[in-house]
Parts: sequence; C-alpha cells; structure tokens
Amino acid sequence: MGSHGIRDRVAIVGMGCTPFGEHWDKSTADLLIDAAQGAMASAGMGRDDIDAYWLGTMGSGLSGVTLSRALRVTKPVTRVENFCATGSEALRNACYAVASGAYDVAMAIGVEKLKDSGFSGLVSPPQPSDGTAVEMTAPAAFSYLAPAYAKRYGLDNDEMRDVLTRIAWKNHQNGAHNPRAQFRKEVAKETIGNAPLIAGSLGVFDCSGVSDGSAAAIVVRAEDAYRYTDSPLYVKGLSFVAGDATGVVDDTYDYTTFPEVVLSAQDAYAQAGVTDPRAQIAMAEVHDCFTPTELVLMEDLGFAERGFGWKEVLAGTFDLRGDLPVNPDGGLKAFGHPIGASGLRMMFECWLQLRGEAPEDRRITSTAHGKTLGLTHNLGGRPGECVSFVSIVGSEPSA
Amino acid sequence: MAEAAPTPGVLAYGAYIPTARLQRSARGAVLGTSGGKGTRAVASYDEDTTSIGVEAARLALRGRGVVPDQLIFATASPAYLDKTNATAIHAALSLPRSALAFDAGGAVRSGVGAVFSALRSNGPTLVVLSDLRGGVPGSADEVAAGDAAAALVVGTGGPEAPVLAEVLGQASATAEFLDRWRLPGQAHPGTWEERFGEHAYLPLADEAFAAALKDAELTPDQVDHLIVAGTHGRACRAWATRSGAAAEAVVNDRTAAIGNPGTAQPWVLLADVLDRAGGGEVIVVMVLADGASALVLRTTDALAAGRSAVSVAAQIAGGDDTLAYGAFLTWKGSLDRESPRRPDPTPPAAPPSLRTSAWKYAFEGSRCTACATRHMPPARVCRRCHEVDQMVPEPMADVPAAVSTFTIDRLAFTPSPPLIGAVVDFDGGGRTNIELTDCDPAWVAIGRRVELTFRRTLTAGGIHNYSWKARPLRSSTDPGQAS
Repeated sequence: MGSHGIRDRVAIVGMGCTPFGEHWDKSTADLLIDAAQGAMASAGMGRDDIDAYWLGTMGSGLSGVTLSRALRVTKPVTRVENFCATGSEALRNACYAVASGAYDVAMAIGVEKLKDSGFSGLVSPPQPSDGTAVEMTAPAAFSYLAPAYAKRYGLDNDEMRDVLTRIAWKNHQNGAHNPRAQFRKEVAKETIGNAPLIAGSLGVFDCSGVSDGSAAAIVVRAEDAYRYTDSPLYVKGLSFVAGDATGVVDDTYDYTTFPEVVLSAQDAYAQAGVTDPRAQIAMAEVHDCFTPTELVLMEDLGFAERGFGWKEVLAGTFDLRGDLPVNPDGGLKAFGHPIGASGLRMMFECWLQLRGEAPEDRRITSTAHGKTLGLTHNLGGRPGECVSFVSIVGSEPSA
Repeated sequence: MAEAAPTPGVLAYGAYIPTARLQRSARGAVLGTSGGKGTRAVASYDEDTTSIGVEAARLALRGRGVVPDQLIFATASPAYLDKTNATAIHAALSLPRSALAFDAGGAVRSGVGAVFSALRSNGPTLVVLSDLRGGVPGSADEVAAGDAAAALVVGTGGPEAPVLAEVLGQASATAEFLDRWRLPGQAHPGTWEERFGEHAYLPLADEAFAAALKDAELTPDQVDHLIVAGTHGRACRAWATRSGAAAEAVVNDRTAAIGNPGTAQPWVLLADVLDRAGGGEVIVVMVLADGASALVLRTTDALAAGRSAVSVAAQIAGGDDTLAYGAFLTWKGSLDRESPRRPDPTPPAAPPSLRTSAWKYAFEGSRCTACATRHMPPARVCRRCHEVDQMVPEPMADVPAAVSTFTIDRLAFTPSPPLIGAVVDFDGGGRTNIELTDCDPAWVAIGRRVELTFRRTLTAGGIHNYSWKARPLRSSTDPGQAS
C-alpha cells in the first residue's frame, strides 16, 4: 500500500486555453474545438497523433461523445466529473494512462458552458431527495469560512474585510494583464470592500466569475517529450483526495481549514520531493473560488503558518512579484471559473510562466531565482464536504 | 357497588403562537385604510396549519408522560386535501405506528367536534387544533383574524400523566344558518350581515350553556373562567355579557394581541387559562361556530406541575411586531414578488422522504453504540470509529444547539430572502447544517443559542416540503428573547 506518484514519468508538451468569459457566440463544442486545436498546435501535433482523451465537464455534456462528436474523432474518450476539480481530474487520469504505458499520447481537456442557463452563480442538476438539505448557494457555503477564521485568529470585521479585499484586489491586478481573463480591469479596494453583498460578508468582488471556457493539455511519456517541444513541463506529483464529508456533521471541525487540502498537499509534496513549499515553489495557481478560500489555502498548502496567512496576504507575499506569487493569471476571481476547464487553466499558467512565455507585464520573478516548480490546487464541493487536487509540475527533470 | 368510571379530562396541553405580529395600523400607509389598534399573529412564510400544529403538540407533550394512541387534527385551512395532514404531525412527534391519525377538517366547528369526540374515546387522544386565518386585503377579517395552534391530550389519565382539568359537563346546540362560509378553492370566506349572526347565535349559546351546567350540576355564578370563542366576534362578546357568569370570570380573548385564530381560538384561550389557573377552578369553554358547544372543566391539583412548556402569555409577550404589511401580503400569497435568477425549487421525492421519515419529520439522528458519536442525519458508518450498522436512533428535536458559523445567503431561493444558514452544534455533541428562521439576520453570531422548529420550507410542484429549521432559543418564561 502506498501513494507513489509518477514523478517525471510524463510531461506536458502542448497546451491550449480559450479566453474565459461570456461566449454568447460559442457552443460547448466550439470551445472544445478551440482548446483542442490550441493544444495540438502548441505541441505540433495533429488529431491522428492523440491516442486517447480525458474530458472533464461538470454539467455541459454527458459521456465522451460530448468531445468525440465535437472533434469528430473515434477514439477512447473518458468523461470525468469531480465537482470543481473536474479539469484537474481529467489531467490526472490522462497522466496515469500515459505513465502506465497504455497510450503514447493523451489529451486532457476541460470545458464548461455556464452562461447559457441565464442563472446567477452555479447550478447543480437536482437529484431526487428527501428535501432536508439546506439549499444554500456556493458563496454562502464558502462564506462560512470568514467568521470562523476571524473568530479563531482574533480579527475584527474591518481587518477581515481588508484581508479579503487584498486577495480580490491582487487577483484583479493580475487578471488585468491577462488577455484571456474574463475580467481585465484593476479594481479599487474601495470598490471591492463596498460591493453589494452576496452571502455573509462576501460581496460580488469576493466571488469568482461565472464563465464559459475550455483548456487542454497534451501528455506524453517524459522520454518522448523532446520530440514535441524543447521545453516540456514535467509532472512531479498528482494528488487527489475526496473527503469523508464529515465537516458538515462533525462538531470538532472549525471551518478554518480544508483537511482534504492538507492531505492532498502532503501527498503531492512527498511525490515531488518538496520539503519546504514556501521556499521551493516558484508559483501557485490555487482555487480562489471565493476570497476566504484563498486565505485558508495559503495555510493549508503550507505557504503560511497557521493563523498567519492573513498577515502574509496583507504583506504582499503572494503578489505577482512577491515571495510566492499566487494566481498570477488572475485566478478564478479574474480569469473566470468555467468549472471543468479551471484545473487545466491553472496548469496553462504554469505552462506559460515556468517556461518563460508569460507576457512581460505579468511575468513572475521567482523563476529568476532558480525556482522551477509550480503548483496547481483545485477544490470541489464546499467546506466540510469537498474534494481536493494538488499537482506539482516543473520545467526541469529531477537531477 | 361498581366503581365509577374514571372522569376524562385534559392530560396535557400546549399552544403555539407564531412569532410575527402585524400591527393593524401598518396597512394604513399602504392601503390608506386604517386597520385599527393592536396586532394579529402571523404564521411565517414557512409555516402552515400542519407545522404550527406540530409546534403546539411538542409544547403539550414535552415533559408529560403520556403517549397518545390517537391523533385528531382539526383545521379550516388544511395544507393538503385528499392527503391526510395528521400523518405529518404523527411523524414529527414519533407517535406509535399503531396510533390512528386523521383530519377533521373544513370548518371551524370541526375543532370542538374533535375535542368532544376525543373525550368519548378510550385511550389518550391528542387533538391538534390549528388555523391560519385572513381576509381580502383591506378587509376587517384580514386584521381581526390570527394564526395559531393548540394541542390537547384528553383521556382518563394515570400516575404518569394525571388529569389536569376534569370534564364536568358538555352540551351542544346545532343549527343550520349562514354565518361564515367559503367554497373549496376560495382564499377568503364570505360572511352574512353581522346583526343576523348575533340573533342566531345567542339562543343557541344559552341552550348549550344551560345544558352543560346542568350536566355539571353547577350554576353560572360558580364559573371561574368563561371562555367565549367562535367565528362571530360580535355574538361572542354579546353572549359573554348575558351569560350569567360574573363579569370578572369572562376571559380576555387575546384578540387585541393575536387576533382570532378560528379553529384554534377556544383551545389557545383554554391553554392561556390553564397556564395560570389554580386547582379546583371551574372553566367553561363556549364555542360559537355553526351552533354552540359548551365544555365544563374543573382544574385539579395536578395542574401546577403539569403546565405547558411555554405559556401563551410568554409567547404573546415575545411577539415581534416589526412585520411590514408588504411582507405580510407576500407571506399570505397576496403579492407576487420577483424570484432570484436561480432554478425553481424542486419538490421532495416520495421514496427518499419515506426512507428517511424519522430524520425528515422527527429530526431523529443516530448514535454509534461503539463510540457514542451522534450523527445527523443518521448514518450507517460511524464517522469516528468507522463501525458499520452499530447505530441506535437518537431523537434530537428537543436538544438545544449553538451557532458555530453562519451566513446570510442573498442569492439562494427562499420565499422570504435572505436565507440564513448556520452550522449548529448540539448540546451533548453532534452538528448539522441548518436554516435559521424567526430571526433578524443581525441577530446571528457565533455562539448564539438556538432550538429546532418544524417548518414547511417550500411548496413546489404542488408538493409541500416539511423539514426542521432552527430559531432563537426560547426560555419557558421569556420565549421571544434570544438567550
């Protein structure tokens, strides 16, 4: 028994990512075609080079046919769903398929078409139920974190507001320099802090963008990577944990942490040989679905000591040019959150940044100090009842 | 000589007055017509006659060692037709499966009929009397009416649950005439001209009163508490003054504070009297509804130790009279409001609702026999020790809890935004995620004490969804004040 990982056995050799946003003129199939074309062009491949596909979508289509029909391919296509970590789950399984030797080339592709429903926020397809669950929205469920964190670490309402505002402000700053992002404008802190409330203390600027989009990655065996690119991205660790969902029923859980994130981070770090994430990791793309989530993640991922995440946020540690840039592409907050695509969108930013392809005005500086590792963190569900994915990727094979 | 049959009486009682009050003057600003003085009780948007009936019955049964073997639910405003409403109350109270539960519905008079029938039954019978009353916006009925429920357990008693008030006599006078009526499907009743009703009711009341007192071998001057209740306020007031009972015996009908809750009114007022009466006092309940019925009771010395968990007076004192007239109209279904841009709510499905009936209706969790961990909802696999199928039922509906964290959800669908969500931790262990009700969003904070309340959370696709919410904890003396 054990989690061994597949460190440096596979590499990403091409990626594509559509702009995220309100694509009134594009269907789910259009978005899939655009991301797949982008990834294949990036790897210098054609459709015949792909042996198998993993499609991640939460609700924009059922079965592999959603992709095979769009691309007009007749190949193995596995459709996966794992809440908001769906895109990462597609990547994880594609990586395992290649590492196992079953396929030479696999594509992981994620997509979501959220804007066509006309609803505010996320909507899950209803299951027949006994009617006892509280029909609470995602921002409400995540807003549980804010009063719990503030109470535990002694922040008053204004201090907590400043911390959350700082996170949204930073991600909007980063998104402002990203042509693919849904929101490409810097937002003043006053605007963020005074925004209309959605749930609890969370205003509209504390919530990620509801959007349409797709992203894709092509995975090959590490030893084959140089056939396709001079600068592959090596997969160092992949970890996924589905929590036992006891937080919502266990009175010892205090809503200031995601135990699932802690476990998946530990596993991924062990696989990748990371012993000091704060010092070793060049950048992180984390699941900032709502601002308090990013705050808690900084501690769960080991980027800040327990109870000190808020101070590090205010100190700018996670800014674009800070010690450990977090969400340099704008994150879910500014880039938008088409569910099935988000995990692969995070990987797309690692692809750009670690390989030096990010545009000058939002290029991280930590890589200049010899750091080569990137982290993506993708969360699904809600506090107390969630799934968590952590990956570590690097621009260099291990010595 | 054979022993006399034991005298039946009231073994337990309780009343539930919803928290919200509409100030009658509040509609003036909207309609330009005065509604008069005082307030009326208003069932919340998430309450109906079934749910408030459950609340009244919980207050009646709490701490009383009696298990009813029959349940009669009487209301003129049933949540369902064709389908029995009493079965939801039966489920919420975890009554024995063998107990017969049925509705006596349609007319206000069915309430007194249910009580009289119960007194003729063998085993202890729980009678739940519940009503939501109103009228066309702007009408006198709209503000004169009220919403409330009462519950009585009647029977011959025993050492566990002695008789609190024994029945000395009862009598009725029945007549067919038009006082107040409503066609099926109509929201509001029609009424005949007021003076005619007085003409029709007064002789009927005289007859029933005389016959009941004769049955009890009493005279009017021996009545300590005279409750006169019914559909016709003017007739009730007129008869009270000519009954022959002492003026000071006439019981305050509480309409100034809560309005007239129809089917429940006589029994809410009886609960109010039982809350404060001493032993050996004579109470007459006179009900004027399509005839007259009189019930003569005498309190026993057991009453002092058997009163309801929360008094009527305390619930009246604890009312919240800040309800806006617009919210009142919305709750009563008279004002369509915009919904959030969210999917329409879905009704509960029948099979899962039956499978989880003990959880859904009675808030019964489970407890692991291996490690004593509580589970809400009940679970088969223990989250702590992972033993499988080592659970026993754990009734949790009467266990108070405290807010662990909370939110105000302004996006979620609810008939009365915003939705207040909270994670609550129960005294003695266990946690659940639950919606709060009957509270101002500003009241919610970590550590606030709450108690459970049975509610109709929504109606979708013609199906009501009943479930439990949490509300600020009431103490028995000061129900409206959050602890």
